Amino acid sequence: MIIDHPLLGPRDSSEFTYLGDARLIDRPDPDGGDAAAAFYQYAYLRDNPAGWHRELWFHEAGDRSWLVVTRNTLTHEISKVELASDVARAQGRSK
Amino acid sequence: MSQKNRIEGGQINRDVPLNFTFDGRRYTGHAGDTLASALLANGVRLMGRSFKYHRPRGPMTAGSEEPNALVQLRSGALQEPNTRATTAELFDGLSATSQNRLGTLSFDLLAVNDRLSNFLTAGFYYKTFMWPKAFWEKLYEPVIRRAAGLGSLSLEDDPDVYDKGFLHCDLLVIGAGPAGLMAALTAARSGADVILADEDFAMGGRLNSETLSVGEVSGADWAAGTVAELAAMPNVRLMPRTTVIGAFDHGIYGAVERVGDHLAVPQAGKPRQILWRIYTKKTVLAAGAIERPIAFANNDRPGVMTASALRSYANRFGVAVDRRAVIFVNNDDGYRSAEDLHAKGIRVTVVDPRPDVSVLKDYEVLSGAQVIDTMGRLGLTFVKVRLADGSERTIECGALGTSGGWNPNVHLTCHQRGRPRWDDRLAAFVPADLPTGMHVAGAAAGDLSTAGALAGGQRAAQDALALDGSMPPLPEAEDAPVNIMPFWYVKGGERAWLDQQNDVTVKDVRLSHQEGFRSVEHLKRYTTLGMATDQGKTANMGGLAIMAELAGKAIPEVGTTIFRPPYTPVAIGALAGRHRGAEFHPKRLTPSHAWAEEQGAVFVEAGNWMRAQYFPRTGEQSWLETVNREVLATRNSVGVCDVTTLGKVDVQGADAADFLNMIYCNGFAKLAVGKVRYGLMLREDGIAFDDGTAARLAEDHFVVTTTTANALPVYRHMEFVRQCLVPDMDVQLISTTEAWAQYAVAGPNARRVLEQIVDQGISNETFPFMACGNVTICGGLRARLFRISFSGELAYEIAVPTAYGDALMRRIMEAGAAFDITPYGTEALGVMRIEKGHATGNELNGTTTAANLGMGRMVSTKKDSIGAVLSRREGLNTPDDLRAVGVKPVDPTQRVPAGAHLMAAEGPVDATQDQGYLTSACYSPNLGHHIALAFLKDGASRIGETMRVVSPLTDEVVDVEICSPHFIDPEGERLRA
Repeated sequence: MIIDHPLLGPRDSSEFTYLGDARLIDRPDPDGGDAAAAFYQYAYLRDNPAGWHRELWFHEAGDRSWLVVTRNTLTHEISKVELASDVARAQGRSK
Repeated sequence: MSQKNRIEGGQINRDVPLNFTFDGRRYTGHAGDTLASALLANGVRLMGRSFKYHRPRGPMTAGSEEPNALVQLRSGALQEPNTRATTAELFDGLSATSQNRLGTLSFDLLAVNDRLSNFLTAGFYYKTFMWPKAFWEKLYEPVIRRAAGLGSLSLEDDPDVYDKGFLHCDLLVIGAGPAGLMAALTAARSGADVILADEDFAMGGRLNSETLSVGEVSGADWAAGTVAELAAMPNVRLMPRTTVIGAFDHGIYGAVERVGDHLAVPQAGKPRQILWRIYTKKTVLAAGAIERPIAFANNDRPGVMTASALRSYANRFGVAVDRRAVIFVNNDDGYRSAEDLHAKGIRVTVVDPRPDVSVLKDYEVLSGAQVIDTMGRLGLTFVKVRLADGSERTIECGALGTSGGWNPNVHLTCHQRGRPRWDDRLAAFVPADLPTGMHVAGAAAGDLSTAGALAGGQRAAQDALALDGSMPPLPEAEDAPVNIMPFWYVKGGERAWLDQQNDVTVKDVRLSHQEGFRSVEHLKRYTTLGMATDQGKTANMGGLAIMAELAGKAIPEVGTTIFRPPYTPVAIGALAGRHRGAEFHPKRLTPSHAWAEEQGAVFVEAGNWMRAQYFPRTGEQSWLETVNREVLATRNSVGVCDVTTLGKVDVQGADAADFLNMIYCNGFAKLAVGKVRYGLMLREDGIAFDDGTAARLAEDHFVVTTTTANALPVYRHMEFVRQCLVPDMDVQLISTTEAWAQYAVAGPNARRVLEQIVDQGISNETFPFMACGNVTICGGLRARLFRISFSGELAYEIAVPTAYGDALMRRIMEAGAAFDITPYGTEALGVMRIEKGHATGNELNGTTTAANLGMGRMVSTKKDSIGAVLSRREGLNTPDDLRAVGVKPVDPTQRVPAGAHLMAAEGPVDATQDQGYLTSACYSPNLGHHIALAFLKDGASRIGETMRVVSPLTDEVVDVEICSPHFIDPEGERLRA
């Protein structure tokens, strides 16, 4: 596969390490009332869709960016590649 | 022996005779021959024995789809089994042998299997060798393995070099027949970067095997002229002898180039084969089509082949398989074979099951007739034909060509889930869903005429590259329509072979259907149809058609199995490339490696690193004696160890302390500048991930260490937390593992050694336990000093820029000479950390929590950190949770095996009695007996208990006492000395 890195352009997927569902960015509030249940969901109950999937890839043999890659798990078509830090900020994560 | 079947014509070079041997007999062929064509020229049709029944077999094709003529090439370490004689390019001195036989090829003792064929049908092995169970491993399997199978490996190292490479282009053209050549020419003339790959050594595809003309010249001459034009263009890379084996995602193709297979010895400095990864924007697949056979009884005798193969051997190689041939056809293309053979002086009879076909030919045509059987023990001698009127006739001949129609080569169009579409006009599957960027042209697309191929190739290149404007006119070529009557097999002949490589017959397909294995995927697995190395290129369609007939369905309803890469078999050596033996993975050397080699160190692989395992001295009898010496010397005076391999991450920024608070379960915010703290990282699920130290060199600057094995995962995880969870923290990370050489200097005399090297004072008062700081050494070289200890002794770790690593090690050895400083390796390091009860990867094994490790109280409840929430869940906090303990044998002369399990001192021994397990064990030279670290249920409150250690693997049961994991200096007085 070829991943079109937002900063570096098209790169071979062998330069990357795969992590999984981009919802790992949505780490629950540890002080929330239902923190234990929320973390259980977060750590164990992620979807495994056959189709479009937003997932985290790490440019390990490159610039060390974490990327959010929107990929169709059936066809390997990639429709969007974003910097994970941009996605995290857009979702309200800060410090 | 002369080449008795060599006839006029062909593209072989008769001026270049090539000598070769087959099963020890000497033959001569010519440049341009394949092994198969040369053997056929010499009258040799028998080239192998079949997989299961050991039936005599000869080539069925003249190409890479060959199921039968598999031979062994070369000898000794260069021996290469299972090579298709039909693609092996002849060279002078080639030695080939037949395979899968017991005895000689013409008298194979295992041919007895053929007599047993009533028992050896599909599913035989599944049904028969079920019991007694113990017989499988000892009797059935070895016997079956001996009898079945193909060639054998030399079991020696392959002396050839294989390589890998990367290519980029605008257009990849796969196949250099009329369509591929025209596509490449069209694209190349537009200025695009073009790669043209073809599996054959001679480009031109079918044009080389036909007598057709293209424009004013012969097809073969047109092909040669076009190849010459392409070769002269700088934007074209011609790759003959290159098979594109797979179509992967996003325009990436795999290809194997056989650089030196056709040479007795690969050229100096060149690899034998190259596995290419081709990145292309667009692709034109012009892979042609494969003629399929018709099944009838005993259709597998040497001399029976596809009609187009007979035609190739005659036209391209100047070989008449026999002077008398029968052609069995269900379509008009078969007549082309008949005509070409007839024109070469071969006496031809055509058998055509279609009624009322034109009989106005120069050769005999039997309309409405079928071939019903053949004869000939080691090769075809007679063909039995049932005529239209029901009478039978026997024809004496040595060559029988079958033409059941052509299958477009859809293989590569299906590598990304594409399924082909049924085309009634061709009675074949044609490409339907194509991988992105792929265009198909010529016979592969179902355009079987030469004119169709030329036009299709031009159009495909035009479409692929979006070329505007009018194209030059195409040369004139034949444009015959396809005229076919689907006809798959002759009824009544049960031992009619479909898959000749795996010995699957029409009867086997019936049996599969009868026994309920009716889906095409079940059929394949039950009968092994299409599962051989040729992937059923000539077999699958027949099997599908019969299955459809039995099920009362149309062929497209039955569907096809999935086509998967590689298109043809690939040598493991080509896949491995240079990654073999010592080059299997990169080797990382520590800064003290050269010095350690001088000391005679024995090295051990730690990931990619080579670490000194121990430093044997003359006279030492065993590694244990060496390790004991190293441990005692360190504990009694001073030792030095290279710890560069531990991961180092530089953490800088105003929020650096907050960041470490997030990744470590214990607190770091209050760590003073100039101090080091042990840190434990958890995974988000609450399981321990890694441990190490973080040294605060400044308010906004920490140096974090990780274990050697986890250097990469930890860094990746830290970047994940930084970028994905706390993107606005002012913190930057960089891995500095290779930037610093780091040595542990440990033992009561460690300070006396380092005082001679470090420019600043390092007394216990100015530089106490867990101090750290930037220092200079040897009169000004910048260095970092950490007073941390893994051994449990007074110890320092000193780091210098890597370029000075070798010099520093030598300087430390000089300074330590007065104290008999002893280098120690990873073994002694391990012994000392076990004696001290320090955890490593054996204990942080991916299943253990901070609480299991006895560090439960480290998990801070005052702050958030990765894994903190889930570490508190009920399931990880039960009263009888595992706890780290020490284990020592009751009888000090006994050893305690690592990996063994803890059971009560009395009572039964089985998995239900399991109380825990030993993670690390060693002999402690300080205590004079073996010791171990273990996890034991509720271990913290069971100190002093006597238990049994049980190791079914090593058949040991040892009485042990549970004790504190801190075997040496539990109060830590040595550390602080």
